[in-house]
Amino acid sequence: MKEKFIKFGKNLVTTEEFVAEGHSFCSGCGEVLALRLACKALGRNVIIANATGCIEVCTSPLPVTSWRVPWMHTLFENVAATVSGIEAGLKILREKGRIPERDIKCVAVAGDGGTSDIGIQALSGAFERNHDFLYLCFDNEAYMNTGIQRSSATPYGASTTTAPAGKFSIGQTTWKKNMAEIAVAHNIPYVATACPSYPFDLMNKVKKGGEVKGPAYVHIFSPCPTGWRHASDLAIEIGRLAVETGIFPLYEVENGRYKLNVDRSKLKPVEEYLKLQGRFRHLLGEEIEKIQEHVNEEYAKLKAKVAALPA
Amino acid sequence: MSKRIGLEASHAAAEAARMADVDVIAAYPITPQTHIPERLAEMVADGELNAAYMPVESEHSAMSACLGAAAVGARTFTATGGPGLEYMHNVLYVASSMRLPVIMTVANRALSAPLSIWGDHSDAMGSRDTGWIQVFCQNSQEAFDMTLWAFRVGEAPGVLFPVMVHLDGFHLTHVTEPVILPEQEEVDRFLPRFHYPFVLDPDKPTTHGAFGPPDIYSETKMAQEMALRKSKTVIIQGFEEFGDIFGRYYHPVEPYRTEEAKTLLLTMGSFSETAKIAIDIKQNKRESVGLINLRLWRPFPLEELRQAVKNAEILIVFDRCISFGGPGGPVSSEIRSALYNHKERPRVVSFIGGLGGRDMSVEDFEYVIDRGREVAEKGSQELFETVGIRGEVTDIRE
Repeated sequence: MKEKFIKFGKNLVTTEEFVAEGHSFCSGCGEVLALRLACKALGRNVIIANATGCIEVCTSPLPVTSWRVPWMHTLFENVAATVSGIEAGLKILREKGRIPERDIKCVAVAGDGGTSDIGIQALSGAFERNHDFLYLCFDNEAYMNTGIQRSSATPYGASTTTAPAGKFSIGQTTWKKNMAEIAVAHNIPYVATACPSYPFDLMNKVKKGGEVKGPAYVHIFSPCPTGWRHASDLAIEIGRLAVETGIFPLYEVENGRYKLNVDRSKLKPVEEYLKLQGRFRHLLGEEIEKIQEHVNEEYAKLKAKVAALPA
Repeated sequence: MSKRIGLEASHAAAEAARMADVDVIAAYPITPQTHIPERLAEMVADGELNAAYMPVESEHSAMSACLGAAAVGARTFTATGGPGLEYMHNVLYVASSMRLPVIMTVANRALSAPLSIWGDHSDAMGSRDTGWIQVFCQNSQEAFDMTLWAFRVGEAPGVLFPVMVHLDGFHLTHVTEPVILPEQEEVDRFLPRFHYPFVLDPDKPTTHGAFGPPDIYSETKMAQEMALRKSKTVIIQGFEEFGDIFGRYYHPVEPYRTEEAKTLLLTMGSFSETAKIAIDIKQNKRESVGLINLRLWRPFPLEELRQAVKNAEILIVFDRCISFGGPGGPVSSEIRSALYNHKERPRVVSFIGGLGGRDMSVEDFEYVIDRGREVAEKGSQELFETVGIRGEVTDIRE
C-alpha cells in the first residue's frame, strides 16, 4: 500500500491515522490532537507502551481499541521500565538472530502525573541505562483522568480538586516542576518541548526524537478544556498563548545544546493566557504579578542557556 | 555426560537460567537474593550467556521491564525476595493477568518491621493470590531443576503464566550442595524455544493491557482462574517429562514415609529436609508419623492433597508466616478449607515457627509432632501453636 500525504506548505503529513476515531476523549481535547500528530510523525514502525491515564482509558476499553500500531499498557507508574524491557528484548532477539533486523521505535506515552510524579523513578532509571527509546509526556497539568487532582506539573495558582482555591488558599502553592530540565540533567541526546498549536514543530520533534539513538524526551503541552475550564474551541489558542507568554517556551536540547524554536522579541502578558481559564479565575492582581515575575525569570534563565550553549 | 559439582543454590538457579539461554534478565539486588543476579551478571560479562542484563533501579521496574521483554517474545528471568517481592506486588498481577510467562526465583525473606534480611515465608504468602504458578524447593538440586522446569511449564502454549520458584533465604540460597548439572543437549530436549503467540509486532498490531469495564472484567478474571487451574495438567506433565529426561521425578504433593501413618506433618521448602530427619527418628521409635512436602503452592493441588492425607487422623501444618489476626498460619487455613467439605479428613493443627531466620532443628520438629498430636487428641481452643518462640503466649482465642 502506497502511503498518501497531504502537503501543508513545505510539510508533508501522512493521511494515515494510527489512533482510530471512536475514542472517548472529551471534545476539544488538546491531548488527543497532539497524540494524533505524534503518531503520524512516528509512522507504522513503532511499539507504544502507555502509562495509565487519559490516553490509555480513552483508547482501550475492552473489547475495542483505537490502536492501529502495537500497543501495551501495564500500569501507571512503570511505563519507562516497560518500554525499556521492550527495547532490550527486541535488541537481544535481533542480536541472537531470532527476529529480523529492523528498526522499530520504542515509544513510551504518559501523562504529567505518570511522568513527573509516580513514574519519575522508572523514567530516571531508563534514561540512565541509555535505552534507545522515545518518551512522550502529554502534560495537561493535573490528574485529569481521575478528576483534576493536582500534580507536580500543575502550575502555581491553578485550582484543582485536591488543591482547590478557597478562602485560605489560592489553589496550587508550588511552581510547576520542570520535567524537561530534569530530562536534560540526565545528559540524554535529545530533549524537546512541544505543543499541538505548533503542529509541524511538534511532528518534527517527535520524528527527531524517534530517530535519535538513545533516550529522547518530548514534553508536550496538552490543553484540557475539562480540567482547565476553558471553552472547548480554545485548546489551540490557549496553547499558542502559553508559548507567546513564555509560560511554556518551545525549545529543544540536542546533545546539551539549546535552541529556542519560537523566540518572540516581546512576550505577551501572562494575564492573556490566564484569563481564558476557569482554573485561574480566582487569582487577583498581585498573584498574577507574581506569576509574571516567575515567568520572566524562568524565561531569562532559558535564554541564558540558549546563549551559553547554542545549538 | 552430566556432571555432579558443588553448587550454591543461588548459583544453581542462575545456572538453570543460563542453560535455558534466557534472553533478558532485569533484576535489582536484595539480600538474600543477591548471588543470583551477581552470578548472571558475571556470566554475561564473561560471555557464558548472551543475554540483555538490565540493572534496573528497583524491583518494581525489574518486573515491569520483564513484562515488556516477555511481550516481544524474549525468554525473561528475574529474582527477588522479601520487601523486593512486596515492592513489585502490583506488577505481579499484571504479569499473570496479561499471560506473560516471566520466570522468577524468590529468595524467601521476612518482611519489615523490624528489618530482617533472613528467611521466612511472609513474602510468599503475601504473593499467594497474584495468579503465578508457585513451587517450593528443598535443596540446591531442586533450585536448578525447578527453575528449568518453570521455563518449560510457564512458556507452554497452553499455559502462558509466570512462575515463582521459592528458595528459602539463607537456609537454602546460601547453602552449597552437590548438584547434578545436565548436558546442554538434554536441556534443549526438555526446553523448546519460547514462542510467544501474541508478540508486539508492527506488522500485526495488537493491543495489550486494555482496560476492563464492569461488563467484561469479571469474565476476564474467571477466564484467568480457569486457565491457571487447567495449567495443572501441564505442570504434572512437565514433572513427568523432566523425570524421563533427567531421572528425578517431582510431584505437586510429595509424601515421605506416610504409609499408614496416623499423624502427618506438612512442611514447605528447605525445612522439609530437616523435618524428614525428625520423621526418621520417630519411625525408628515405631511412632506412626509421616511427612507431606507441599511442592506446588499455586495452583493449589487440592485433589493430590486430599488423596495424600485421606487415611491420616492428624495433620500438623507448619507455617513460616503469621496471618495477622487471621485463623492460623496461612497454609494451615488453606488446608483446613480444602479438607472441610470432606467426610474423611484429619484434624488439622496449625503451627507457626521459623520466622525471620529463626532456625528449626530436628528436635523442634519432634516437638511439633508431639505437641501437635497432644493438641489434636485433647482438643485445644487456640488458633495455632508456636514453636521456638520465647515468652508466654497469652490466650489468643477469639
